[in-house]
Amino acid sequence: MERAASMHVRPEETVAEFVGATKRYGEVLAADRIDLRIRRGEFLSFLGPSGCGKTTALRMLAGFETPTDGTVLIDGQDVSAVPAHRRPVNMVFQHYALFPHMTVEENVGYGLRQRRPRLSRREIGDKVAKALATVRLDAFGPRRIWEMSGGQQQRVALARAIVNEPKILLLDEPMAALDAKLRGEMQRELLDLQRQLGITFVLVTHDQEEALAMSDRICIMGKGRIAQIGSPQELYDRPATRYVADFVGKANILSARIVARAGGTAQAVLGNGAAVTVADAPGDARGEAEIAVRPEALSLAPSGEAPGPGVAAVAATVTHRTFLGDHTEYLLDAPGVGALQVNVPRQAERVPGGHGMGASVHVIWPEGAGLVLAAG
Amino acid sequence: MAMTRSRARALLLTPAGLWYAAMLLLPLAVVLIFSFGERSQIGGYAPGFTLEQYANLPARFAAFRNTLTLAPLGTLASLLIAYPLAYYLAVKVTPKWKTMLLVLVIVPFWTSILIRSYAWIFLLGGKGIPAFLAMFGLEDVRLLNTPFAVLVGIVYGYLPLMVFPIYVALEKLDKRLLEAAADLGTPPWRAFLQITLPLSMPGVLTGSMLVFILLMGEFLIPSILGGGKVFFVGNALVDLFLQSRNWPFGSAVAVGLVLVMLVTVGLYTRAAKRFGAGRDDAALM
Ligand SMILES: Nc1ncnc2c1ncn2[C@@H]1O[C@H](COP(=O)(O)OP(=O)(O)O)[C@@H](O)[C@H]1O
Ligand SMILES: [Mg+2]
Repeated sequence: MERAASMHVRPEETVAEFVGATKRYGEVLAADRIDLRIRRGEFLSFLGPSGCGKTTALRMLAGFETPTDGTVLIDGQDVSAVPAHRRPVNMVFQHYALFPHMTVEENVGYGLRQRRPRLSRREIGDKVAKALATVRLDAFGPRRIWEMSGGQQQRVALARAIVNEPKILLLDEPMAALDAKLRGEMQRELLDLQRQLGITFVLVTHDQEEALAMSDRICIMGKGRIAQIGSPQELYDRPATRYVADFVGKANILSARIVARAGGTAQAVLGNGAAVTVADAPGDARGEAEIAVRPEALSLAPSGEAPGPGVAAVAATVTHRTFLGDHTEYLLDAPGVGALQVNVPRQAERVPGGHGMGASVHVIWPEGAGLVLAAG
Repeated sequence: MAMTRSRARALLLTPAGLWYAAMLLLPLAVVLIFSFGERSQIGGYAPGFTLEQYANLPARFAAFRNTLTLAPLGTLASLLIAYPLAYYLAVKVTPKWKTMLLVLVIVPFWTSILIRSYAWIFLLGGKGIPAFLAMFGLEDVRLLNTPFAVLVGIVYGYLPLMVFPIYVALEKLDKRLLEAAADLGTPPWRAFLQITLPLSMPGVLTGSMLVFILLMGEFLIPSILGGGKVFFVGNALVDLFLQSRNWPFGSAVAVGLVLVMLVTVGLYTRAAKRFGAGRDDAALM
């Protein structure tokens, strides 16, 4: 609780830092010159496809891997050479790694029993009870681990970590083994828990929705490198590269010729000659570039209707439509441009019942929708 | 429906039941009947009902005493040597070497224990280890034909039986548990005591039981390395059945051994159960 208070005093204080942290396994470069500051009290996620080095980054922070190059700092101290058992962080393991020969409360109290000088039994008992209450497992202390469901085991793993009041709580795909419904519940609970404890959370996930829903900041990784760091909104609205645009949300990615740029916007000409105005990539001067636009930023109009002034229109044919209740996903073929996806909210449909398969339409591209992607 | 089900079950159980009756109960019944009989004039068995054979059991006290000290001692010694070896094989060795080293543990089984024990006669005899010790001024060390020699033979012969169950238990131990322990502040040596050791107990218990039960019936090693001075109940049985052909007394000794075994193994399993309540299930996770 005190920590939460101090968090508001110095919200930007760094709790841990990667400085050029690199990890090599023989030929494999699992983590490649990672530079990252983790802010005290934030909820940070490492997001990326399987094998991109998320777990490696987390394990360097936990102390299970020593960087081949570079350093890892916790609270300003270089901990590269400090073994895991002496680091002030705790981890919730991917498959929980609960001790099968101990009861729930023995598992939760395990970290406390390792403290030297020893804590009193009473103190341990109190803290364990409190941690179990926090994860709503009050009555389960004497149970055996294998008597607990997957969701309950996850809570035990969580309690076993937070009871030690770590400086950073590390979570490696903690929700991967849960079913979808339980996962949603658990995500909310984790968020509540983080607010309540004020501990810095670092989550590893390959699930972009999970990362978007929970994180203050997301660190998108690809091939051992950090692709982009930012808030969920920043990453969604301003993906720097095609890799990020593809990974976070859905995006139409089109090749375009940049004909003019000014004041952070660019005039781009698509393959079919249509000119659109998009946000520019900072410092970019290429004549050819890829541009990205979100499916919900576009809209559809019947081809007979003339588009309004200042609005670009791309002629296209509906190839697939998927009605999803609140909106419909249209897949379209635009000659000269390629395949496009447009999501139209139900109230915004211009034709009763929506556009049919094979219908000729105009894809309406409002000014400023989409952006130029940086190379890479 | 229930009838046919239970009938089907009875049918399925019949082979196992027959095997059980033929291989275990029948011989045991024969031995039991013999043990109450008398020795016939020409040796072997003569029908009768007497407790005389059991009254004579104290005459073979030394055999029981040797068995009941050297079998547990041998089990313990095997365990103490096997555990580090199994740990090394399961945890420390790179996969490349693992198979080869595992094969090396089994290789001795390819020749008879008889031949291997004779090798130890040389090693422990006057020209072997004692001669080596004499070079350092330790004269007149007698190793052969002592309980120590028998113990050495036991450990040597039974080591693989102890190594494998422990190896299997250690091999299937989830290494992430050790990371979790480290993460929670445990230095490696303490993690060994708190995680590795308790979770390998099923292997330790299986190995010990296997070695102990087989040791209770051992007769080759004591007769070769004990030189007739250190003999087990097994030697007494060989003697009574094959040499003096006193089948009834031999049967009584055999029944005595079975009873002693039942009691010790019973006590052992009870202790083990209490010690590791539920651990077997736990280790399966
Ligand atoms: N102990 C290891 N030995 C060899 N290669 C490893 C080891 N751990 C991870 N790797 C490799 O490093 C890369 C990154 O792995 P990891 O960090 O686990 O990815 P992620 O968690 O993003 O799925 C992968 O190519 C993986 O195969
Ligand atoms: Mg991973």
